[in-house]
Amino acid sequence: MESKKSEKTLFGVLAEVRNPKELIDIAKTISDSGYRMYDTYSPFPIHGMDAAMKLKKPKLGWIVLGHGLVGFFGAIAMIYFMAVIDYPLNISGKTLMNVPAWVPVTFELTILLSAFGATFGMFALNGLPKFNHPLFNSEKFEKVTDDGFFVCIEATDPQFEVDKVRNLMEKAGAVHIEEVYDE
Amino acid sequence: MSKTYEYVHEPELVKGDHNFKSITALVTDINLRPTPAGWYIAFGISNILLLIMLVAIGYLIWEGTGIWGLNTPANWGWAIVNFVWWVGIGHAGTLISAILFLFRQNWRTAINRFAEAMTIFAVMCAGIFPAIHVGRIWVIYWVFPIPNQMAMWPNFSSPLLWDVFAVSTYFTVSLLFWYVGLVPDLATVRDRIKSKVGKVVYGTFALGWRGSNRHWWTYEKAYMILAGLATPLVLSVHSIVSFDFAVSIIPGWHTTIFPPYFVAGAIFSGFAMVLTLMIVCRKIYKLEDIMTIDHMEKMNMILLVTGMMVGFAYLMEVFIAWYSGVEYEKAIFMLRATGPYAWAYWIMITCNVLSPQFFWVKKYRRNVALTFVISIIVNIGMWFERFVIAVTSLSTDFMPSSWGYYSPTIWDVLTYVGTFGLFFTFFLLFLRFLPMVALAEIKNVMPQADPHNYDKNGNFVPPSVDVPEPIRGETDR
Repeated sequence: MESKKSEKTLFGVLAEVRNPKELIDIAKTISDSGYRMYDTYSPFPIHGMDAAMKLKKPKLGWIVLGHGLVGFFGAIAMIYFMAVIDYPLNISGKTLMNVPAWVPVTFELTILLSAFGATFGMFALNGLPKFNHPLFNSEKFEKVTDDGFFVCIEATDPQFEVDKVRNLMEKAGAVHIEEVYDE
Repeated sequence: MSKTYEYVHEPELVKGDHNFKSITALVTDINLRPTPAGWYIAFGISNILLLIMLVAIGYLIWEGTGIWGLNTPANWGWAIVNFVWWVGIGHAGTLISAILFLFRQNWRTAINRFAEAMTIFAVMCAGIFPAIHVGRIWVIYWVFPIPNQMAMWPNFSSPLLWDVFAVSTYFTVSLLFWYVGLVPDLATVRDRIKSKVGKVVYGTFALGWRGSNRHWWTYEKAYMILAGLATPLVLSVHSIVSFDFAVSIIPGWHTTIFPPYFVAGAIFSGFAMVLTLMIVCRKIYKLEDIMTIDHMEKMNMILLVTGMMVGFAYLMEVFIAWYSGVEYEKAIFMLRATGPYAWAYWIMITCNVLSPQFFWVKKYRRNVALTFVISIIVNIGMWFERFVIAVTSLSTDFMPSSWGYYSPTIWDVLTYVGTFGLFFTFFLLFLRFLPMVALAEIKNVMPQADPHNYDKNGNFVPPSVDVPEPIRGETDR
């Protein structure tokens, strides 16, 4: 048994709690004990978890702003090039710089690019798609998308020691604790 | 002493004794069960209609737009009517998912997935009409700003080009929004499904979602930004569709009320369509605990409000026509109500303005059968609204000598009927294979999801509202 385990690398210690409140509590305990490489898992976002885990605000807004600006100026540049420089159409002597008529297309492209930024920026910041993850090796963890609430302290944390972590989780009221290996 | 006021309780969003597990089972079991026979029957009928549409479009491409009932002066007929009608229906989904999200209307969680799917398929149906009406469909790419053999670019001053951008952006953003919402629920199906193929397919689209709260934190941010982006978008799309009419100088079209009037009409018809579909699905799939009568009542209120807005716009149009003093403008509104298309005008008024008036009465708002009937009547009325706008203004324009009566041909009818085949083919696939309720979101609005509803030992304590003692008024003393 021991020799079999040593071939795999330990990913972390996974603990299950019963409900959102206990998950918040255990997250607070863990982050107050100085752990940094840990994560909580739940079927839906939990109100107040960002404060309990001391999460920083995501940089997503800046990504969206960047994309939006590209959409905005890109649209104006495109229309300017096409309608004024490359193939100007003189229609009853009306101005080529018909800026009010450019508003709809500029608006739509700004929204379109911002939405791309928001969607793909979110997936990129979350490191998704990632089809394989050590946590998927745990049978219990399947519940996480149904009604399971989990917390996992990862082995890469500088403070990580299996016994200490197990102890902490037991004291914090976890109902099930297991070690997860990266196969 | 009698109480001077009554405390109004907010109705529970999920009825019945449900926990997270039973909600997951209620929704995803529909995807995991073997396909019911009724589904095959409905799918078969939809496929036949879809085939009819493909034949009608094939013949149109072969023969040209001459097979339609278009004539001069009525150069726009059912194609534009159907386009605007389907796009309008497509407005409810994003309104429910984006605007109601920003307003923290938690009841949206029961119907948003459903309505967003409806939006996407309705916009697909809508997009067909402008694409096929161009005549030479093999050069349809001329509408996009990509180099072509004429070395010309599209005309950025044309509302028809704005439409290309508006509708394609709307479709793409709605699709992204829908998919972002779907990812956690696809992961739920991935973790519950037994078949190997199913695991791979759902797993691929779930992108390896594992419910991490670090992910949820960014996810919620993205969801909010998308809602913020979709809100002006949903209002802009039908505004731009209305520019197709309003920017021209045809009497009855050239009015500034068109953008808000079109948007109100779009929300009106979209909610009606959501109701039609919801009332059938909640019955068949036994989702009455999630899509409750309270939801139906709230949507009926929106029908009433938007129906009144549409009615106000009809009145305002007539008033402004008179007030403007423009002869042609006055004439067209007289002709709409009394001319060759008066039948269509009065169908429109009856369906859109009069039929929702039932919903002033609470008993009727909570009546499933009546709501179902009215939701269909509203969409018939909204179809006639677009018909009245498009056809009357063209067929009886400036010069009486050029007036002509417009009637559709069998090909107009078959193309329109066929789009229902396209819509329901996709919608049935959606009902069969995707979770039709946003699970993660509905769990989030259940009282069990709030950490404050647990006591010190971690046991669930249902929230109770303290109703304050009535304060005695002056009259009670």
